[in-house]
Amino acid sequence: METAITILLDGLVFSSYLFLVSVGLTIIFGVMKILNVAHGSLYAWGAYTSAYLIGVWSEAGFGDAGTFLMIAVAALVVGCVLGFVLERGLIQFMYARDEVIVVLATFATFLILEDVILLVFGVDPYFAYQPMAYLGSAELGGILRDVYSLTLIGLAAVVGIVLWVGLTQTRWGKLLAAVIHDRELSVAMGIDVTKVYVLTFMLGAVLGALGGAYVAPMVSVAPGFGVEVIVLSFAVVVIGGMGSIPGAAIGALVVGIARAIAVHKLPEVELFVVYGVMAVVLVFRPEGLFAPASARKI
Amino acid sequence: MTTKARMGAIGVLVAASLIMAVPAVAKDSVTIAVPAFLSGPAAGPFGVPARNGAEMVIDAINAGKLPAPYDSKGFAGATVTADYIDESGGNTKQVAEYRNLVQKREVDAIIGYISSGSCAALAPVVEELKTLTVFAVCGTPRVFEDGPREYIFRTMSHATADNVAAAHYVKDMFPGVKTYTGINQNYAWGQDSWRDFELAMKVLMPGAKQSDKVQFPKIFAGQYGSEISALSLDDAELVHSSFWDGDLEGFIFQAAPRGLFTKKKVIFTVGGTAAYRLGKKMPDGLILGARGPYGILVRDRKTALNEWFIQTYFDRYGTYPSGPAYQYGQAVLATKIAYDKAAAAAGGFPSKEQVIASFKGLEFESFSTNVKMALAGGHQALTENVYGLTKWNADAAEPGVTDVKFYPAECIMPPDGVTSVDWIEKGMPGAKC
Repeated sequence: METAITILLDGLVFSSYLFLVSVGLTIIFGVMKILNVAHGSLYAWGAYTSAYLIGVWSEAGFGDAGTFLMIAVAALVVGCVLGFVLERGLIQFMYARDEVIVVLATFATFLILEDVILLVFGVDPYFAYQPMAYLGSAELGGILRDVYSLTLIGLAAVVGIVLWVGLTQTRWGKLLAAVIHDRELSVAMGIDVTKVYVLTFMLGAVLGALGGAYVAPMVSVAPGFGVEVIVLSFAVVVIGGMGSIPGAAIGALVVGIARAIAVHKLPEVELFVVYGVMAVVLVFRPEGLFAPASARKI
Repeated sequence: MTTKARMGAIGVLVAASLIMAVPAVAKDSVTIAVPAFLSGPAAGPFGVPARNGAEMVIDAINAGKLPAPYDSKGFAGATVTADYIDESGGNTKQVAEYRNLVQKREVDAIIGYISSGSCAALAPVVEELKTLTVFAVCGTPRVFEDGPREYIFRTMSHATADNVAAAHYVKDMFPGVKTYTGINQNYAWGQDSWRDFELAMKVLMPGAKQSDKVQFPKIFAGQYGSEISALSLDDAELVHSSFWDGDLEGFIFQAAPRGLFTKKKVIFTVGGTAAYRLGKKMPDGLILGARGPYGILVRDRKTALNEWFIQTYFDRYGTYPSGPAYQYGQAVLATKIAYDKAAAAAGGFPSKEQVIASFKGLEFESFSTNVKMALAGGHQALTENVYGLTKWNADAAEPGVTDVKFYPAECIMPPDGVTSVDWIEKGMPGAKC
């Protein structure tokens, strides 16, 4: 029983992490049909900025509770600034281009942003342990767990619900659905598609940066931080279906739980399990589990 | 043949024989490349200190300011010009970069490399391109076990020494350990390290049982929540890990609040690199290695060379030197000694072949230990190894170690011509402990 609870908690924590880092990617693809490889850089910039601000906050002698504010500030600032600059400076010129060109352009952006990180933050890893230390540990399933990583589950749930409500219950969500369905018709109906695109890209960027900013206190934030996350995010998004938010949630859950089972029961296959799940899903549903239906144009 | 043609031929022969008989003319400079991780997760804990160690020793060599007996200037009198190369980017990139260094930039020697992956990939290329290459840190025993090497030297012990010494330390300090497990990165370094530790434990502590849930996460995975849970639930009392780079520090940060280090004895064979960097955040009671007698584990070793190394490094970089700084410094020093020895024998600036001949079997006092190039036909170094327990030094407000134990090289490394696995599996015959 203890092992089952532990596997479930480990799986949920890892799934939450995967959902946070992949949902921004899937939103951008769903609305704009942009496969944004630079998403890993947004994650890394969020992590670095968060770790830096937490360090500054703590050195100034403010309480550890305030470090959570620094995480939010880092995600918003990085997401809004980088999201806006990238969309206006690069992505807007890519809408009419072939998908391969878009992937190459965003990959180039990723490489540039990785080097800018080295210039700005240096090569030494950053440690931002204060939020984790502040929340302490608790015994669950017979072992000690840090409470901070458990809060990832809550954060992912809140983000998921807010996005779902925002997309299905609000006017902005309906506008977005119209743009996803037919861009030209949306323009003809008077929707400011450019504004929708900019805001969507910034939202995706904030979510990517939030993933990095929130994970930063749990890890050593080091150069190359964004590389691993791109691969995992793509795996999750492909499993769930490109552009589907419920798909990202289910994809993250499937991968997270499968990985936790592997680590506890068959550690030898842990490296393979994420891609094994992806391969199995693609064999039976090449479009992913929850790929949104695409409209047939006449 | 006319008289004129005959005289011309004689002239050519005389000139050729003179070229072959006389040592090469003095050289003003020797160009070396120093690859190390300058970006990526290994840069901070490994690459930067490694680069700094090499740079500091090269500058001292050029200025003739190394302590005696190494206070002559340069490599055989030639000023050393170093080019620092980034090792990150994967094995394919390293092979391409190596070819570039040798074939286009025509460097005289290459000194460095941290990753076992880099060294394993480069070994056959080095032999093909026939350039003096000194591996400074990489630990896989396969470099010399996969075939004879003429142009490669490695100036520190390989991974077998780290893991056999770790098993000895466990036996000496924690003889009551009944079960053990491990968490190692899933590539050559992690797999070789676990294999050697596991085999050595079977020999030294045959009563201890190995867990069937040994963890092998991907290198640079960054998050180890599930692995820490699995280790916590495992009955094993001892955890072995050869984690290095950012993975090591991330693992310590994630495992500490979850009580892993109070619940289990954890041995980090490369943990020395984290000691100064984590400072007070480094938990007490960890079993710490540094891949040999380097860094925090030899902080109190009072030799002229070690005191010079520590003080000069601290004055220049504002922190104490960790293992990679020592290990790169040692590789540069070994190369200088080989050049100087070859020059003395040749009576002038030595050729590459003469440097290689003098490098084979070299024995010298390095900054923190004695080095014997005794294995793999004189290409692989033997050095002692050391482990200790972490303990925060509250008086000095800096990290420290207690219960430090040194193990002689002949106790923890296989004899020449025997592979690590064969030697350990046969019960480590001939080991002098």
